[in-house]
Amino acid sequence: MIEPLLFVLLLALAVAILKLKDLFAIAMLSGAFSLVSAGLFTLMDAVDVAFTEAAVGAGFTTVLFLGTLAVTANTERQQPFRLGPLLVVLVVGAVLIWAGLDAPLYGDPTAPVHTHLGAEFIGRAPSEIDMPNIVTAVLASYRGYDTMGETAVIFTAGVGVMLLLGGRKGRDLDEEDQD
Amino acid sequence: MPLSEQEMGKSPMRMRDKLVLRVVSMAFIPFILLFALYVQFHGDYGPGGGFQAGVIFAAGVILHGLIFGLRSAERVIPPKVVEIMSALGLLLYVGTGLLCVALGGRFLEYGVLDHHDPVHGQHYGIILVEAGVGIAVASVMLCIYYAVAGRGRR
Repeated sequence: MIEPLLFVLLLALAVAILKLKDLFAIAMLSGAFSLVSAGLFTLMDAVDVAFTEAAVGAGFTTVLFLGTLAVTANTERQQPFRLGPLLVVLVVGAVLIWAGLDAPLYGDPTAPVHTHLGAEFIGRAPSEIDMPNIVTAVLASYRGYDTMGETAVIFTAGVGVMLLLGGRKGRDLDEEDQD
Repeated sequence: MPLSEQEMGKSPMRMRDKLVLRVVSMAFIPFILLFALYVQFHGDYGPGGGFQAGVIFAAGVILHGLIFGLRSAERVIPPKVVEIMSALGLLLYVGTGLLCVALGGRFLEYGVLDHHDPVHGQHYGIILVEAGVGIAVASVMLCIYYAVAGRGRR
């Protein structure tokens, strides 16, 4: 019932982000975009994803955008119209929509994802792991290697940012002029 | 310009002087941190887990940084601590896997962690690796926030 409304809101936000030149407003609207997405995920019963989208997309990323804006420009530079990128976007978008037509319908019980491993996890988890939240059982135990890899990726991202932005060392020099 | 220094919490005096922001954030931050712990430890029963809990915890500290200044947030959780904790989180995950090997199982085969009941071993293992994920995610998020928000100060 409320889903079409949220999708229209998503589209409106996307168009507004495209049209605006004020980067502060764009950062705020992209946060709102994530919040609406989180609402959609909740409606689709993907509460874990909604959690992450709300905290990372609407909260953390917006703060990072603001931090970047504080040290760069506040308005988008006017770009001349270019045909090449537009064509690439149109082709990729068309391919994605074409591929999406082949995907199983939302909630289809005969979809491959529900008939192979998913069914096996649901069947085995109660006796093997005995946890009410099978998502956690799958992520941390059956898919333990993947989750370890994800944690390593996050750690690597942190190391990368520290190396690129200098981290602590460079800032200790001007410690005195604050507070 | 709409964005100035105090919006990143870099000139603490001005943001901190806004009474409504200060009072509301002070009321919210403890509950955000508590909710993060709930999401962490209730991940076996309800939605959530290490990743979500870590992000929510970091969001609470970042909110503190936005209102009371980056310097103040860095006093609560020093940058050096988050750098070490981000590595420790990952090590806790890998260490759990190696502990399983040491106890005669395969890597990340939690069942061997309890020699009476493999189901209990699974619970211990999942709690340990979720704690590792939570620590790593919260620390890396704060690490990135400190790096980006401290950038304009030099």
